[in-house]
Amino acid sequence: MASVPVPLERAPGTSFVLLRLIAGRVGSALLTLLLVSLVVFVISGMLPGDAAQEMLGQSATPAQVAALRHQLGLDVPAHIRYLSWLGGMLTGHSSYSLVANMPVGEIIGQRLPNSLILAGLTTAVAVPVALFIGIYSAMRRGTFIDRALNIGTLALVAVPEFLMATVGVLIFAVKLRLLPSIMLSTEHSSWGEFLRSYTLPVMSLAFVVIAQMARMTRAAVVDQLNRPYVEMALLKGVKPGRIVLCHVLPNAVGPIVNAIALSLSYLLGGAIIVETIFNYPGIASLMVNAVTSRDMPLLQTCAMIFCAAYLLLVLIADVVAILANPKLRSQ
Amino acid sequence: MTQAALPAAKRWSSARAWAAGLPLSGKIGLALVLFWLLVALVGPVLAPYSTGAFVTYDVFEGSSPQHWLGSDYLGRDVLSRLLAGARYTVGLALVASLLAVVTGTGLALFATVSGRWIDESLSRFMDTLISIPSRIFALVLIAAFGSSLGLLLLILALTYVAGNYRIARSLAVNLDKMDYVQVARARGEGRAYVAVTEILPNMIHPLLADFGLRFMFIVLLLSGLSFLGLGVQPPDADLGSLVLENLSGLPEGALAILMPAVAIATLTVGVNLLIDALPARTRRMGGEG
Repeated sequence: MASVPVPLERAPGTSFVLLRLIAGRVGSALLTLLLVSLVVFVISGMLPGDAAQEMLGQSATPAQVAALRHQLGLDVPAHIRYLSWLGGMLTGHSSYSLVANMPVGEIIGQRLPNSLILAGLTTAVAVPVALFIGIYSAMRRGTFIDRALNIGTLALVAVPEFLMATVGVLIFAVKLRLLPSIMLSTEHSSWGEFLRSYTLPVMSLAFVVIAQMARMTRAAVVDQLNRPYVEMALLKGVKPGRIVLCHVLPNAVGPIVNAIALSLSYLLGGAIIVETIFNYPGIASLMVNAVTSRDMPLLQTCAMIFCAAYLLLVLIADVVAILANPKLRSQ
Repeated sequence: MTQAALPAAKRWSSARAWAAGLPLSGKIGLALVLFWLLVALVGPVLAPYSTGAFVTYDVFEGSSPQHWLGSDYLGRDVLSRLLAGARYTVGLALVASLLAVVTGTGLALFATVSGRWIDESLSRFMDTLISIPSRIFALVLIAAFGSSLGLLLLILALTYVAGNYRIARSLAVNLDKMDYVQVARARGEGRAYVAVTEILPNMIHPLLADFGLRFMFIVLLLSGLSFLGLGVQPPDADLGSLVLENLSGLPEGALAILMPAVAIATLTVGVNLLIDALPARTRRMGGEG
């Protein structure tokens, strides 16, 4: 970061500096996204065979391969292919899926809403639970329950999603027969059915996210609780619950939102496993299919969607950290 | 580095003192990690049956005196397959994380002692790699190169090089400003000498903690990939493949699917508990990346 002159009066200068800081972050995120697209394109273009050969199989004549290569645009130099690929993604006129023989945009358009529903539901479940656990254990810090929650969340962070899913299916679908073990369709006639089919996938995804988020929330709240103003409030006779709600939380809201955004990025990796297990028609399972069928255009687009989502979450975390930190604001 | 000179007995007792100083969670973690390292080392020798042998006509059998963990979807002994699978998981993950840490730290030291231009461009490149979620990155690499055991090893390592690079570089840049490093430079020592003799020994402890963290991430990534059918390929099987191949036993609640999944979880949870229990100055908080 270039050094920014410190304004003498805070009023007009602050918001300008703030805007500049945020614009800097946004610009840097966009640059990273561009570089990421280059990395994804280069790696996925390095495959030993080529797509045309792969599709036609061993018995194809060289002429057939050359014709298909031309049809797919594989005979153009790499840098031009990259530019047209990038342009295609930006304008929405993306390439053709090699295996499904449909425009990639169309396939993604069908699948993306499903993934967003799953992510949204998981967020809606994870955030309140994680905030509760994090704030509660911060208030009880040092006690037995805090230590137990600490070890519990620490262990949960390292548990693979498929164990969560397996145990969940075993308990709720096999033993108790309450929930279906796979997702058969996304069309639901009633709320009950909707809840029944989403419970297990959301639960498997939410555990790791909750554990991570609760740990970061606890750290943020404990950091505030150790400040002198809390001691002051305590000495003045304010009740602990009120201290946390009225004094600590307004100050910790920045770090907490930052923690939420960063923890949600764990969803992206988790979705790949969970969507596949439950046969859920989202873009993570689509991407796994693209890998097994070596459908590069589809794979590239899915990878870019995931990278963009990840960068967006990190950017939100960054911007919130800037907005929440008065020192950064006034510098 | 006086530790190497100590006699074996003294080293053993200092190791025991170190372990005794860990909090309870750290002791549990240490026990789990040692257990799985031991299993990976001697497990296949102890296996009661050959991994490929069909030992019973009953598939997804429960626990019995002959087959402690029952039988799998083809009537093979689950315990024997688990012991062999643990060797793949632990072995591949150890080698891959070693590769990732050596490469990442090597590049970080190189960037630190080289000029600003090399440092900036290498760091920018690594920042780009960090911005790709690890599972997505691994999937793209597998789609491009396939997943034979050797390639899988490289892909696992490559996925976590950037994360280690970032940590190692921030450690090295701080050490680089220290007086004794400046003195060594003023003395006219070469870059390689400064990097290896002055900087590296002083960042070894945080690097070991980061090695443990990379190991845990790689175990999770490898098992996830194998579970998706994209990792270790049959006839070889790691713990993730064991979960996948016995997926049809899920409706029966078979031990054959539960035990490998529990095995992976105890390994990764053990590593995580151990690293978290290390003294704060040794540990560096490293996120997924």
